[in-house]
Amino acid sequence: MSGGVVRDLLRDRRALAGGLIVAAAVSAAVLGPLLLGPAPVALEDVVARRFVPPLGATPDGVLHLLGTDRFGRDLLRRLCEGARVSLAVGILAALAALAIGVTAGSVAGFAGGIADRAIVAVVDAALAVPRVPFLLLLVALFEPGVPLVVLALGLTGWMTVARLVRAEVRGLRRRPFVEAARSLGAGPARVLGRHVLPNALAPALVAAALGVGNAMMLEAGLSFLGLGVQPPTASWGNLIAAGREALVTAPWVALAPATAVALVVVGFSLLADSLEAALAGERATG
Amino acid sequence: MPRFIARRLLSTLPLVVLVLTATFAALHIAPGDPVRMYLGPGADAAAGAELRHAWGLDRPWAIQYAAWLGDFVRGRWGVSLAQHRPVVRVLSDALGPTLLLTGLSLALTYAIGIAVGALQAARRRTALDTGITAVTTVVQALPAYVLALALVLVFAYGAALWGWPDLLRLPAFGAESVAADFLPPARRLADRARHLILPVTTLTLIGAAGIARFARSSLVDALRQPFVAAARARGLTNGRVLARHTLRTAFLPLVTLLGLQLPALFSGVVFVEAVFAWPGMGRVAVQAVLARDYPVVMAVTAVFAVLVVVGNLLADVAAAALDPRSEAVA
Repeated sequence: MSGGVVRDLLRDRRALAGGLIVAAAVSAAVLGPLLLGPAPVALEDVVARRFVPPLGATPDGVLHLLGTDRFGRDLLRRLCEGARVSLAVGILAALAALAIGVTAGSVAGFAGGIADRAIVAVVDAALAVPRVPFLLLLVALFEPGVPLVVLALGLTGWMTVARLVRAEVRGLRRRPFVEAARSLGAGPARVLGRHVLPNALAPALVAAALGVGNAMMLEAGLSFLGLGVQPPTASWGNLIAAGREALVTAPWVALAPATAVALVVVGFSLLADSLEAALAGERATG
Repeated sequence: MPRFIARRLLSTLPLVVLVLTATFAALHIAPGDPVRMYLGPGADAAAGAELRHAWGLDRPWAIQYAAWLGDFVRGRWGVSLAQHRPVVRVLSDALGPTLLLTGLSLALTYAIGIAVGALQAARRRTALDTGITAVTTVVQALPAYVLALALVLVFAYGAALWGWPDLLRLPAFGAESVAADFLPPARRLADRARHLILPVTTLTLIGAAGIARFARSSLVDALRQPFVAAARARGLTNGRVLARHTLRTAFLPLVTLLGLQLPALFSGVVFVEAVFAWPGMGRVAVQAVLARDYPVVMAVTAVFAVLVVVGNLLADVAAAALDPRSEAVA
């Protein structure tokens, strides 16, 4: 990415807002559990400690910024722990999708012919399958948990990346500098890896950035349905599901993680929007 | 046109077969033996072998695949392991409510989305335009289950808590009231309509935000075209230019977008049905997953995929009807 793109991004208020939100989530995930100290091993008197409203204190005098859940656990701490899981799942799933999509897209675009047609057919078929029902199928067949969720999200999220990379590679493979590399004796793998792909990745990165937010939203959705990350491991989705049971008496338990998911998804989509605009601007001028 | 539809249908077939193949493969790659799961760990080997033979699981996988595909096409989708009734019956009960929910919200999504996009295009680069863009950006990104829970909180619990008028107190669960069977027809219809409001609103808000963003940018592009300047030069008003000249050209990509929206809609509906206990396909899918009811899960996935493919086909046909040039391209 060139300096022009970075400059455009710095000027874009959407990028600023999105970046701030994502940075806040990442620092909450990384620093939160450290700042809050080790989790209490045992909670005494759950009845007195549970469902303390935000800014309230438990009988032992400890202030709870976001209140407590039905077991008297501090919600802010659960939220930070959940941020670790949710962000990790989102980023790993986006990376998995990026890896599959770049491989499929570059092979299709570079090789052409039957390989291209076969991959395009698979991409079209995969795009026809609604993501959530297919995720449900995978979860039904295998053991639910973090690795499955990452794999399933990667397997259902690579098609956009593949399409973008294929289009870019097709446009690039007849360009003079590629011909030059080939005539210097570079093999297909080297031409693709060193000369074509680095120039074809920009749109795929945008798609991947948007993919992180999408993957986090879907992970939270699966966990919300009880089919993703399983408690007691906190994820934003199963925190929302737990809060749903107390929606009337203690709405803050569901509201905090729901707001977190919504904010971060909006943050990632703002980042992706502005990145797309910046790349389009570069293409128009450069 | 008939030739175009026939050609499009032919190119759609391999897609459906590929999806069905993937579904079959997923089931067979997965760990776990359906016979052992059905009989339980204590069953004797003879009963297992008998059931395996009865289900045809002792045949080579290529033959199983052909038989499964043949059965699937003919609507023989097996028996639900959890509900002990034919999968076809389970799904046909659920298909109606889901189509009602998605169809209604799709229509509203486009109507509201295009109206909002047109308003923004007409007032582009004003405070109103910027404000709406901010709202649609956020709403479009909201997860369906978050928006659904927020609506439940406000219109079901909050409305009762704050003493809102009855009209604004909306039911949050199911497709009709418990006592619906005893209501007179008109009241029953009203009851069903009230149960539709919150789920349809959830899906519509998220979808319409996306359509509005798309409609705005495609209308703004269309307004830059020379024929718009020509129409203006003839003395037509802004509203008339927008309605008669640009909406038509901007409408085409929106029709194509419909095909791309369907998978997202059918994903959103799963969460919405889960939150609102709506008796549709999404809820059936979630319950089947929790019960490890494989035949139902597979059939639901396949039906959703076929719905998307058919929706895409209809969108393409509609696009060809609107713009004959796209017939030649496809």
